[in-house]
Amino acid sequence: MIQFLKLRKNFKAGAVIAGILLFMALLSLFWTPYDPEKMDAAHKLAGLSLAHPMGCDNFGRDILSRVMTGLRTTVVIAVGTVLIGAFFGSIVGSLTGYFGGSFDEIVMRINDVLLAFPAVLLALVMVSLLGGGKYNVILALGIAFVPSFARMVRGEFLRCKDLDYVKNARLQGAGHMRVIFVHILPNVMPVILSSVLIGFNNAVLAEAGMSYLGIGVQPPDASLGRMLSEAQGYLYGAPWYALFPGLILVLLILGVSLMGNE
Amino acid sequence: MKKKRLALLLSVVLTTVAVALGGCAGDKQESTSQITIGIPQDIEDSLDPMKATAAGTKEILFNIYEGLVKPDSDGNLIPAVASEYKISEEGRVYTFTLREDIKFHDGSSVTADDVVYSLERYADGQSGDALASAFSNIDDISAPTDKTVVIVLKEANTDFLSYLTAAVIPKSNADPDTVAIGTGPYRYVSRSPQENIILESFDDYWDKDNAPQIKKITLKIIANADTIVTELNGGSIDMFCRLSSTQVSQLSSDYNVYTGTMNLVQALYLNNAIEPFNDVRVRQALCYAIDPQGILDMAFDGQGSIIGSAVYPTFGKYYMPELADAYPTNIEKAKELLAEAGYPDGFTFSITVPSNYQPHVDTAQVIAEQLKEVGITANINLVEWATWLSDVYSGRQYETTVIGVDASMLSAGALLDRYRSDASGNFMNFNSPAYDAAIDAAESSVDDDAKTAAYKQCEQIISDEAASVYIQDMVNLVALNNKYEGYVFYPLYVQDFAKLRLK
Amino acid sequence: MNLTYVLKKVISLMFTLLLTAFLVFLAFSVIPGDPVTTMLGTQATPEKVAALREELGLDRPFLIRFVSWMGSFLDGTFGNSYSYHVTVRSMLAGKLPITLTMTCMAFVLILLIAIPLGIFLARNSGSIPDRIMTVVNQTIMAFPPFFSGILLTLFFGLILHLFKPGGYVSYTTSVPRFLGYLILPAVAIALPKAAMATNYLKASVLKEMKKDYVRTAYSRGNTTKGVLYGHVLKNAIIPVITFLGMAFTDMIAGSIIIEQVFSIPGIGRLLISSIANRDYPVVEAIVVLLAFLVILTNFGVDLIYRLVDPRIRSAMEE
Repeated sequence: MIQFLKLRKNFKAGAVIAGILLFMALLSLFWTPYDPEKMDAAHKLAGLSLAHPMGCDNFGRDILSRVMTGLRTTVVIAVGTVLIGAFFGSIVGSLTGYFGGSFDEIVMRINDVLLAFPAVLLALVMVSLLGGGKYNVILALGIAFVPSFARMVRGEFLRCKDLDYVKNARLQGAGHMRVIFVHILPNVMPVILSSVLIGFNNAVLAEAGMSYLGIGVQPPDASLGRMLSEAQGYLYGAPWYALFPGLILVLLILGVSLMGNE
Repeated sequence: MKKKRLALLLSVVLTTVAVALGGCAGDKQESTSQITIGIPQDIEDSLDPMKATAAGTKEILFNIYEGLVKPDSDGNLIPAVASEYKISEEGRVYTFTLREDIKFHDGSSVTADDVVYSLERYADGQSGDALASAFSNIDDISAPTDKTVVIVLKEANTDFLSYLTAAVIPKSNADPDTVAIGTGPYRYVSRSPQENIILESFDDYWDKDNAPQIKKITLKIIANADTIVTELNGGSIDMFCRLSSTQVSQLSSDYNVYTGTMNLVQALYLNNAIEPFNDVRVRQALCYAIDPQGILDMAFDGQGSIIGSAVYPTFGKYYMPELADAYPTNIEKAKELLAEAGYPDGFTFSITVPSNYQPHVDTAQVIAEQLKEVGITANINLVEWATWLSDVYSGRQYETTVIGVDASMLSAGALLDRYRSDASGNFMNFNSPAYDAAIDAAESSVDDDAKTAAYKQCEQIISDEAASVYIQDMVNLVALNNKYEGYVFYPLYVQDFAKLRLK
Repeated sequence: MNLTYVLKKVISLMFTLLLTAFLVFLAFSVIPGDPVTTMLGTQATPEKVAALREELGLDRPFLIRFVSWMGSFLDGTFGNSYSYHVTVRSMLAGKLPITLTMTCMAFVLILLIAIPLGIFLARNSGSIPDRIMTVVNQTIMAFPPFFSGILLTLFFGLILHLFKPGGYVSYTTSVPRFLGYLILPAVAIALPKAAMATNYLKASVLKEMKKDYVRTAYSRGNTTKGVLYGHVLKNAIIPVITFLGMAFTDMIAGSIIIEQVFSIPGIGRLLISSIANRDYPVVEAIVVLLAFLVILTNFGVDLIYRLVDPRIRSAMEE
């Protein structure tokens, strides 16, 4: 019981943090304190103030406003990535896990090769293939995330396909596709969902890392990783420029991982 | 008991960390003559002067190789490998006498054979456009004696001498791609990819008056521009060129900052062949809408020389300062022109910028912001340098780009020839019959005044036609640790390390 | 561990590597942007492009290029760099030790932190330090290495002046200073992994402690310490090994980013710059090499696993 309460507490804390950040990101669609792209020569690298609670960057743009839109970019990319990864991963995993045989053998062999590439490396190579920009990053990371989802879903299908309820469904004349998507998949859902939260965090990390390397989101679009990279040049004069995007990134990951703990 | 052991282990680890950390800080070698200079990119094309194409490579090789003549810090050509030269009356025969005492870095003497070999390599057509086309004018190169070289041209060309800055290398060097042997003040020692390049002063350098002062130069590659200030202030590098004013403002008092110009024509180059930029009114509207002073204020702390055409001020008599005011910022006028051209509500286009050149990226961001005022949306498309070269420069598959164009020598032709409608460097697809006629007149003219007038007419046409949106020759801020002095600016894109010395 | 099993594994390993190499090579054949135009820069003319393509052998059909590329792997040169005109091996030889040293240092840090801390927290489960550490761990796990790297630079470099940012010293110059410079980057990549490893080990020890054999051991009069070090730890470490293997490969990939933060001229820096230069032989070699390291680590983990825990053998040999 105590254990349970503690877990709930973790989840609640995580949900509150993630919720606030998500609200900030959503809010940025309609309102930010300043235009995040509006340059102001008078406020270049201005420090913290009531008017600019997180200070200003090297173009005098309001960092809070940019953190909000950057957070939105990061969340959109992470969600997109996880959706692509989970969707295609589930399809590949279900089919290979359910049917097995040489089809499974071939697909999983390639899958394992792709798994051997760390996701960031795979995405890096792909973005250099496709060129940068928000949508290419989603695509590249999404594809890079397919193999791990595929492997996980396949494992679940292997476990489920010989269970009684599946056999019953087959006996009652349900087609393969129906069995896969109506009978087994819903039962596998909880496992997929918990992987989605972990995947979300990995996607956030990967996106931030790629944007930090300058091969992700393109300026003037704000992205937390890109802001960190730009801020590194002003570490002496304006350490807050690096601090806030970084801390928001940490909070986002912390919130989601608290939620996903159990 | 257990806890004690743990505590002991921890303290050992912590001490090791502290010692190791301490060990790598503050023990800067005070050896008398060495300097670490940060450079933004490695030499990634070749150590072979003929194959070197990147401006960043050429400015380093300037210290290793010399031609028969070389530019001095005023842009004048002075004898280098040759001690003197004679040009015949009609301007077709050049006779060079090589220096008696000049040696290559490997210790061998420079012979006329080496010079002929080097020049013939260039004439082969393997080298850059400028040299290959200039050298195609050579009728004959010969070495009548061991120390004399005679070059006979097909027709006289007053600019020809400036092409003879082309490096002289020894015939015996079988692998110039990886082994750099020249006659310059510094000799190449070694390199480690993406880490550093090491040069050492050449003891047998011919010019005793300008002998290199600092023994060892380490060129440290700093690929991440964001860490430059940290490295300068931390003392990892002693010098860095082409800093931004924001970077300079963060430097510690250990640094002296030298202010010069980049010797580049920075502009928002427009692809004149595609809509809507094929309409001169649209191009002019952009010129009216974009405020170069605003760009300077926002991204360059107000420093830089605003230009209005394709020539920058260092070119002296060729430069036309009045063109800088040809299109004073005027939003209303820009809107009118856009409406006339059929874009009353503006339009959307992309600016392709190479991501490794932060000043251009910054400039593009400011331009995008300025253009919002006239209803134009500019999307920035950051690309790798490689992609820029293949898509924008060679392929001409782009809408607009922000870049700086440099000159290989101090003749206006070096900057203006690329606007000829059939020039291979005409990546903006500028096409004007009037211009082609004017540039022909300029290049074939032997009378200096007529030549200058013709080049000025070219500049005027570029401005009238608004071939691109010309912005500035950027300010070049060089930070040098105050232990050293003697940094010298050239009117060309080179670095002269031999002038650096300890205070 | 029988020989057929190992042999089978090795053959499958070779096949995986070949497939990896093929996929990488294929990817770079369809990549936009021509290495030749990059090399010629602003001086590219159609004739020169054609000549250089021929010189580099880029005009040959895809499969022939692939085979000759694989040949360069077998003779150990990995081909020639387009940018540096030397063999890729000679370039990697100087870089690989840097990246591997950093990753290994991080790995050792993880062990130094996670093993004592994990055991300590398991023994004092529910205590105040345990609760504090749970929160601390959770927070540390959320720190991306490149952000910790920036913070460490700020703190040790700019505030305490204990560390010279960008002052990387080559191991050929001075080994102690080389190692000294790598400490902070290693800490940055090790921290989140160490926190995770601590959690894993703690959970694993707690789970083992509840098992029957532990109770039996207690009933025989063994002390807590005796049981813990004599029995529990050996079993509890097994699930952690898998995690450590993953952490190791993750950190190799993570080093690409951290090298950029600390300006370390390792494999990552070379990879990024080679991608930008379209220096395909170098990129392909590095990507294949990294994948090779990952596959090899997984293979190693698999073997260690079987050495530590005999029970898995029969299950896995099927």
